[in-house]
Amino acid sequence: MTAPTAPADLDAARSALGSACAEIVDAAGTDTVDGVRPALVARPASTEEVAGVLRAAAAHGLAVVPRGRGTKMTWGRPPERADLVVDLSRLSGVVDHAAGDLIVEVRAGTPLAEVQEAVARGGQRLSLDDPVGGSTVGGALATNLSGPGRVAAGTARDLLIGVTLVRADGVVAKAGGRVVKNVAGYDLGKLVIGSFGTLGIVTGAVFRLHPLPAVRRFVSVPVESPDDALRLAQSVVHAQVVPAAVEVDWPATGPGRLDVLLEGTDAGVEARTTTTLRLLGGAAAESQAAPDGWSRFPWHGAPDRPLALKATCALSGMAGVIGAARRAAEEAGTTVALRGSAGAGVLYGTVPPDAPPAAAARLVDRVRGACTAAGGSLVVLDGPPATTAALDAWGPIPALDLMRRVKNQFDPERRLAPGRFVGGI
Amino acid sequence: MSVTHGTESTAGPVPGPVPPEETAATGAGGPDPAAMAAVKAAARAALPPDALIEDHIRLRTYECDGLAHYRVTPALVVLPETTDQLAAVVRACAEHGVPFVARGSGTGLSGGALPRADGVLVVTSRMRSIREIRPADQRAVVDPGVINLALTKATTPDGYYYAPDPSSQQVCSIGGNLAENSGGAHCLKYGFTTNHVTGATLATPQGDVVELGGLAPDTPGYDLLGAVVGSEGTLGVATSVTVRLTRLPEDVRTLLAGFPSTDEAGAATSAIIAAGIVPAAIEMMDALAIEAAEAATHCGYPAAAGAVLVIELDGPTAEVEYELAEAERHCREHGSFEWRVATDPAERALIWKGRKSAFAAVGRISPDYIVQDGVIPRTALPEVLRAIADLSSSSGVRVANVFHAGDGNLHPLVLFDDTVEGAGKAAEEVSGAILDLCISHGGSITGEHGVGIDKAAYMPRMFSDDDLDTMQLVRCAFDPAGVANPGKVFPTPRLCGEVPGKHRGAHRLVEAGLADAF
Repeated sequence: MTAPTAPADLDAARSALGSACAEIVDAAGTDTVDGVRPALVARPASTEEVAGVLRAAAAHGLAVVPRGRGTKMTWGRPPERADLVVDLSRLSGVVDHAAGDLIVEVRAGTPLAEVQEAVARGGQRLSLDDPVGGSTVGGALATNLSGPGRVAAGTARDLLIGVTLVRADGVVAKAGGRVVKNVAGYDLGKLVIGSFGTLGIVTGAVFRLHPLPAVRRFVSVPVESPDDALRLAQSVVHAQVVPAAVEVDWPATGPGRLDVLLEGTDAGVEARTTTTLRLLGGAAAESQAAPDGWSRFPWHGAPDRPLALKATCALSGMAGVIGAARRAAEEAGTTVALRGSAGAGVLYGTVPPDAPPAAAARLVDRVRGACTAAGGSLVVLDGPPATTAALDAWGPIPALDLMRRVKNQFDPERRLAPGRFVGGI
Repeated sequence: MSVTHGTESTAGPVPGPVPPEETAATGAGGPDPAAMAAVKAAARAALPPDALIEDHIRLRTYECDGLAHYRVTPALVVLPETTDQLAAVVRACAEHGVPFVARGSGTGLSGGALPRADGVLVVTSRMRSIREIRPADQRAVVDPGVINLALTKATTPDGYYYAPDPSSQQVCSIGGNLAENSGGAHCLKYGFTTNHVTGATLATPQGDVVELGGLAPDTPGYDLLGAVVGSEGTLGVATSVTVRLTRLPEDVRTLLAGFPSTDEAGAATSAIIAAGIVPAAIEMMDALAIEAAEAATHCGYPAAAGAVLVIELDGPTAEVEYELAEAERHCREHGSFEWRVATDPAERALIWKGRKSAFAAVGRISPDYIVQDGVIPRTALPEVLRAIADLSSSSGVRVANVFHAGDGNLHPLVLFDDTVEGAGKAAEEVSGAILDLCISHGGSITGEHGVGIDKAAYMPRMFSDDDLDTMQLVRCAFDPAGVANPGKVFPTPRLCGEVPGKHRGAHRLVEAGLADAF
């Protein structure tokens, strides 16, 4: 760790940054990165400007944290230091929607919603949900954001076909391209997805698209126990109804609910809805409208920073994880609300911010144990600083040494979001 | 008949009269005797006696992969049976600076598993058990040497299959598929190997054993698995692979449609995609490819067709019926004069027979050919096909086109007779020009065959020095000693640990002409 940037150095850095990028401003309180206040904010409007900014930052030894619209700045660990926030909101816009090729090229600061609007005009969509709301392409990639639609379309790693990134030393590199089928060279896109800005700053992305379905239909059923939820979810994924999403929703109190999304043609969805209603039993009901909380994290709209967990498991382990989380919350004298994809094996959980740190830590341990036993993992995405400071946010990472070596190659001076990622990377 | 790739001006790192196998990239100088002796000793200590092949005659049976034009006899072949055995050999290679190349079934088409004369070939064919089939989790855990089709056969009774289906699926291995990020005819809808591998045990190029990914998705940390899949054996060797299993579709329909020319067939393809239909596969063959397939297999493709499309639709019955009707309509509206729908597996197999046998069938109409694997944006198909036709007519070199039209992955077969003076060179020029066409249309030099040794020299046409240098950062993280399949993928290895532009004298590899310093 180094000392905060001294004022004299700061003036020199500001001047160097200023010759690379027109918009360099002093950071305000709202620019704080999870409690760490940067000195400066750069707002580059092109890949070239980002490169210039990162070269200047390298020359002046500035620690850099990239930012889209700042909707997930408290995710991961707080950075060890942050001298400069590189705000990508001016690097925005759809560059090219090649509808005939089912691809879209976008700048990293483009809000996902804007991408969807643009491609929807051609009857297509980017099959990447935004459960946070207001996320940019770059932010979604950096945090590997996903939602219910991942059952059918996968996640960012299945959709990103080309990437432009700027390295810590300001070098601009591209990987992949504009065609869906391409095995030339290493897939750097995979490496930057979910890397929390620690390997480089993504400035542009090319995604494959899917056609918008003609019809969408939801089938929902209340479930009494996690075992019931698992049994019904399994009956759907192993049937021939090809669900677009299979979500489980378990509020802090009361029974749970299983929601199945069916998409396709009119006749096809009709037939599959009938089958799904039969599979889910007499209490199941269909609806044109999305159920409450659809494609939102269970902590969505919370006024403060509740504990936010991401749990993964093999499909058959879901009941065990839900059960363990609910029992652990009860024993810790708190509550947990869970929601996620029973079709993919991903559950998000939230615990109220007033849960004592020690109780929250016990709960995290218990749930992590259940996830690990089911072939998955548990990550603490966010939470009250007093609670998360005492927690192992990422859990055990089997290939950590190799990850550190990758980081060391890309950012040997540890200036990109230092400390935010696994193992203090 | 010989199958060749690349061109004289592009194949392998040393163009010109030197045969491609005799280059620095394949360790032409032979092994360092002391280092190789140490590796052999370590391998003998770790492996059963019959797992080492040192006899020259037997070593020669491993001299090439599916790209038989390149041949190099390895210094040693090992056939490990376990992760520990495999890692022990790799560790010894790393310790003694001996290059190693991993090989599954050896069906690759870019020379990715071409051995090194100074190195060890690590063959996974004795690691062949399907360890777990977990239908409830939609996963299977398999050894790297498990045959692709064997996995599908093993999971079919549970209603599942393994979706990536390269045309060599009867013999190719899952480990090789992982290394090459293999595709197949159905990747238009289902994606590639990278979309179907969720975990792997990796022997790193230093011989460490690490777990990447697993049964569950979104493993915390960098997606190293995503980097390893498709890295062509340069980042380590997978010793166990966890794959996603896909539900067998309720219904499958295959449509064969004949068109006057590739223009109409291409337009029909675009119209189908534009209508929001994502078929499992759309394959195209032009007149020359049809002629060859008909001669070889009597597959009954429409006579006098300038092009045929094989369109496969799968999924829930109601969806498939709708999509089939739409696909037929688009074909008719774009000039299809004959179409036929397979309704049972036998008819489906007959339609596919012509397509699947096309490469081999070309041997009936030409003694030699080069096959390329370039990709273009689908909308550029008519333009690029016309440009290929122009190339063909201006050079007098015949080109048969068989390809995955849905995703723009071309497989032009450039025909020649190597006994005719200059014919090989002319074919190589046409083949290289086709790859340039792909690049200039925003495409890729390889859609599924991999870069290997064959197209390494083409990488700088598609990527800048900075792009390639950045990719090599990953390689340096995994393989600082540069022993994992060196000479493949990248035209010039990066010397790890050296800062670009700052050198104290020449590195010994530079002096030896084995590497360029960036």
